[in-house]
Amino acid sequence: MNEAHGVAVHVETCGKTFADGTRALEPVTLDAARGETLVFLGPSGCGKTTILRIIAGLEQPDPGGRVLFNGADVTGVPIEQRNVGMVFQSYALFPNMNVAENIGYGMKIRGVGRAERQARVTELVRITGIEGLERRRTDQLSGGQRQRVALARAVAVQPSVLLLDEPLTALDAALRERLRWELDRLLRTLGITTIYVTHDQAEAMALGDRVVVMRKGAIAQIGTPRDIYFTPADRFVAEFVGAANLVEAPASRGTLSLPGGQLAIADVNAMGNIVAMIRPESIRVVAPGASRLSGRVERVSFVGDRQRLTVSGATQRPLLIDGSNTLAVKVGEQIGLDVEPSAVRIFPGNNT
Amino acid sequence: MRNRLIFAGQFVFTLAVAAFLIVPAILSMVAGVTANYFRGVRSGLTLQWVMQVWELYAETIARSFAVAFVTLGVTLSVGIPAAYALHVRGGRLSRAIEEIITLPLAVPGLAIALGLLLTYGGFGDFRRSWLFIVVGHIVFTLPFMVRSVMAVFSLIDIKTLDESASSLGASPWRRFRDVIVPNAHSGILAGSLMVVTLSLGEFNLTWMLHTPLTKTLPVGLADSYASMRLEVASAYTLVFFVMIIPLLVAMQILADRDVRQGTRR
Repeated sequence: MNEAHGVAVHVETCGKTFADGTRALEPVTLDAARGETLVFLGPSGCGKTTILRIIAGLEQPDPGGRVLFNGADVTGVPIEQRNVGMVFQSYALFPNMNVAENIGYGMKIRGVGRAERQARVTELVRITGIEGLERRRTDQLSGGQRQRVALARAVAVQPSVLLLDEPLTALDAALRERLRWELDRLLRTLGITTIYVTHDQAEAMALGDRVVVMRKGAIAQIGTPRDIYFTPADRFVAEFVGAANLVEAPASRGTLSLPGGQLAIADVNAMGNIVAMIRPESIRVVAPGASRLSGRVERVSFVGDRQRLTVSGATQRPLLIDGSNTLAVKVGEQIGLDVEPSAVRIFPGNNT
Repeated sequence: MRNRLIFAGQFVFTLAVAAFLIVPAILSMVAGVTANYFRGVRSGLTLQWVMQVWELYAETIARSFAVAFVTLGVTLSVGIPAAYALHVRGGRLSRAIEEIITLPLAVPGLAIALGLLLTYGGFGDFRRSWLFIVVGHIVFTLPFMVRSVMAVFSLIDIKTLDESASSLGASPWRRFRDVIVPNAHSGILAGSLMVVTLSLGEFNLTWMLHTPLTKTLPVGLADSYASMRLEVASAYTLVFFVMIIPLLVAMQILADRDVRQGTRR
């Protein structure tokens, strides 16, 4: 039912150096397939917004960079002729127009007749769940309503590609979570090629078909949400996406030697000092004698749906463990730790 | 104690405003309708001085309004796009241009007028026409328009609104018409108010640029002070007030309505 819409986006060696010489983006090359949601994830200043603006046509890439929509070079095409739909972090709704006029503006520009425009606006307010607000002024809307108007306005023109620049950042946490699901449902329904920029890893995971993790103007990793979570390319990705224990220790014959004992790893060929990543939720708490690795509970913090333990003595730095919320452990207790070998991700030792 | 000090301060301020602004203005206007100023109001009230002013200077009044509104037209059609360009562009060049057009605020009007005369005094027809005065007024008032429009632009993040309209397919001209101007109208209105009042009251630049056939209202006023009975000059002041106050009030009402809309936003 969800037919793919829009264009395939190809970004080719697009870098960006600003007039003052600052390098905002190293030359990057990547693809977004037709109908795909590609999420750019990274801390502020990593170049993710710059790449979005290059795809939109609001910034020109440095010489040599090209942007292609369905194989056609649009690098020199101004934004108003690229047929994109864009949602800004501040939403940028036009204060001089009411909700319906905002949503209909793109169609008005394209010369769509009044009746057809009205029909489309009616459809869009229904899809985005803002019926009854058509005559409101934009300053009479809540944050969540504004976000929906901005989204409806962007998709009203049936754009080739939908570009979303941190569309949920301006909202409070509870609303953000709810709108994330709504947005996901809407993007699936529309099936349009979507470029989404965020610094929130949970948002990136929930919405992206693929996630591009960025760091200091370059791509750190491209992959599905599962790829980047379970097999991060390096320490930066591991630590930026979710919580991670990074353990540095000597390895030989499929075993890591740690201060608190031994830990089996899947890679039997790993030798010498290596860096291993273990997610907090993949460590199981067992009886002290039931495992080759043990440690002492330093801190127990109960957060409702789970408990986070801080355990010392097992590894050089304290180890974070997520356990079930019914787990009965006390501070100072000695516990055994069990990890599936496949859940230990090995980075080369010199990769810091 | 402190409250008393504040009250005393406000009282003194009010008295000063009355003494130096309101009382002289009223006295001057009354003098304009007094039969004989030296004998005071007892000599009787008359409209003969006003009539005389009207006969002698009606054309300066008309010219002043013509100058003011042509000046307004030009500062609107040049100033708003200029403010838009300067704001959206940003950067060092924009700053420099902004400084240059703001220069007439710091340079004495006489100096600007002298410069214009030196440069264009040779173009006889232009020099003799009232358009020469318009040019001077535009140079003098443009920074006020540009500044007040730019102030609104930075208040409402016009750059993102502009980008947002462009993403929806609007050409630069459509964006300017549909989004920029309607959302900057409070600044445009404030700028217009300033330009019209400054132009109507402008004296020192105009005094240098005028010819006997292109007097404006304030120049005529100076002329009547210098060469007529005091009552005539006062009547002129009265005419000036009658002309300009309704205009000021009207524009103020418009601006207030706008502010009320703005706060609801």
